[in-house]
Amino acid sequence: MKYKSQKVAYWFFALSMLLFGLQIIYGFIMGFAHAGYDGLHSFIPFNTARAVHTNLLVVWLLSGFMGAAYYIIPEEAQRELVSVKWAYVQLISLALVGVTAIVGYHFNYWEGRKFLEIPRPLDYLVVANVLLFLGLILTTLFKGKRRTTTALVLSMGLLFAALLYLPGMLPFDSQVKDSFFRWWVVHLWVEGVWELIMGGILSFLLIKLTGVDREVIEKWLYVIVGLTFLSGVLGTGHHYYYIGVNKIWLIVGGIFSALEPLAFLAMALFAVNMYRKGEKKHPNKLALYWTLGAAIVSFIGAGLLGFAHTLPQTNLYTHGTLVTAMHGHLAFWGAYAMIVLAIISYSLPNMTGRKLYESTRGRMAFWMSNIGMIGMTVAFGVAGVVQVYLERKMKMEFMEVQKEVEIHFVVLIICATLFMTGIILYFIDFYKHGRPNDEALEIPTN
Amino acid sequence: MLSKKQARAFFLGGTVVTFLIFIGLTIYSFSKANDQSNDENITEAVVRGKKIWEENNCMGCHTILGEGAYYAPELTKVIDRRGEGYIKAVLMTPVDWAPNGRKMVAYGFSQEEAEDLIAFFDWIDDIDLNGFDTVVSPLSKDN
Repeated sequence: MKYKSQKVAYWFFALSMLLFGLQIIYGFIMGFAHAGYDGLHSFIPFNTARAVHTNLLVVWLLSGFMGAAYYIIPEEAQRELVSVKWAYVQLISLALVGVTAIVGYHFNYWEGRKFLEIPRPLDYLVVANVLLFLGLILTTLFKGKRRTTTALVLSMGLLFAALLYLPGMLPFDSQVKDSFFRWWVVHLWVEGVWELIMGGILSFLLIKLTGVDREVIEKWLYVIVGLTFLSGVLGTGHHYYYIGVNKIWLIVGGIFSALEPLAFLAMALFAVNMYRKGEKKHPNKLALYWTLGAAIVSFIGAGLLGFAHTLPQTNLYTHGTLVTAMHGHLAFWGAYAMIVLAIISYSLPNMTGRKLYESTRGRMAFWMSNIGMIGMTVAFGVAGVVQVYLERKMKMEFMEVQKEVEIHFVVLIICATLFMTGIILYFIDFYKHGRPNDEALEIPTN
Repeated sequence: MLSKKQARAFFLGGTVVTFLIFIGLTIYSFSKANDQSNDENITEAVVRGKKIWEENNCMGCHTILGEGAYYAPELTKVIDRRGEGYIKAVLMTPVDWAPNGRKMVAYGFSQEEAEDLIAFFDWIDDIDLNGFDTVVSPLSKDN
């Protein structure tokens, strides 16, 4: 750690981990309900659990991205954050809005639009909160001594993420238009601007961990985010095949979605190559695991599994089935959850001064959570394919099919338990680092 | 070999061009001649139905137009499959509806609310879905 104000990142990461833990609990509620055990139905019906599960994901990832920005931007801009006090105000207000929304979901206070369930009045608070965050980050960046590509790409990602939240707030009477513009937010976030954020964090980590020249890494960063947008923007079309808009999207979406894995493949090759090229062997092995892991698993989850059902001919049958949940889980885990865990693993020792770089616990956390998540993905995939054949090909009734696939949710729960054990080990590691402190400033950072 | 400046130009240029095409295609697909979203048939009852649909987060369990959660049946073409009477009974029942043991929240909607929701489903059924309707609806006429 080079600047005192970077410490604020710790608390964003801590909030992030807390919400992540809660997200997993709600995931279990849903898994059990799918397996036929819905004992909590009267208090937490499935639609509540689902809204909480997905929204907690969004909030903990955002909190992680914000923490990453508060850590990275001062170091890249070579100055203290413009105001630490306002950063804490932003943290507390983010936590309050998030908690209010989550509690509200238990009392039918929501908007009922997939992923964007936050009710309108709270939407405005989210916007205010994000504006405050962007104000702090961008002022720091522009008052700083240098403006690096890494910092610019990261900030651009955060700025566009905020701007793209707005189309989701447009009111429509038509379900088709509502859906159409909802994807402007959701798709262009996860398959567009969030990848800028991911790319920015990845580039920062690779510079620090491999010692490869910044110019080389940042050049490739541009190529990768360029590929992301080139394929991802028009790739939005894969959400438009069967929701009631023109057939032109079948062609446009089909072609550009097929190109989307290229961006992820480039990212994975880039990360592995930089690691191989690097002469510096950074002692923080765990951060390296998570960084390379994020690049590789995101290629499998977001790239390959996404491609598995974005061809219009396949999607006609898989649209709106558990196949989507298969892709969704590994994609979010690889691309976004793992990159947040990577930046936490890298920055924690620097903020707290405790260099717990290598431990069996840390490695177990990595392998158990990854193997668990891959197992969950396979369980979702098998259930999804069975559902597609029985329901859409053999024309069996929805609930009859659900009975047939219940067993796969038992497998899912077993894999999720392994996943959760890994995450608990990660939390223990987080806790063992202790709190951030100013003495950490005097310890040289690699 | 590619320079950093060229890489940046590739990123900025590619983004601007694809985004402009994206906006153009959006305008194209909602222009009168190409619109297939059944926009002209949206009535007040349909709008009220959509509002009830959203306020109760029906998408948190069901899918419609293939979007939502995968815990309860797809509701596109549900009227063809089940008939209005069955749907009304599900919507108005004061106890949890539990086909094959999987429970739905007992919303206990009024007659009017149930009719608004049915108007909404009915409107959905007339959207041109590029063939998806035939896949999700075993009993629909096209099948």
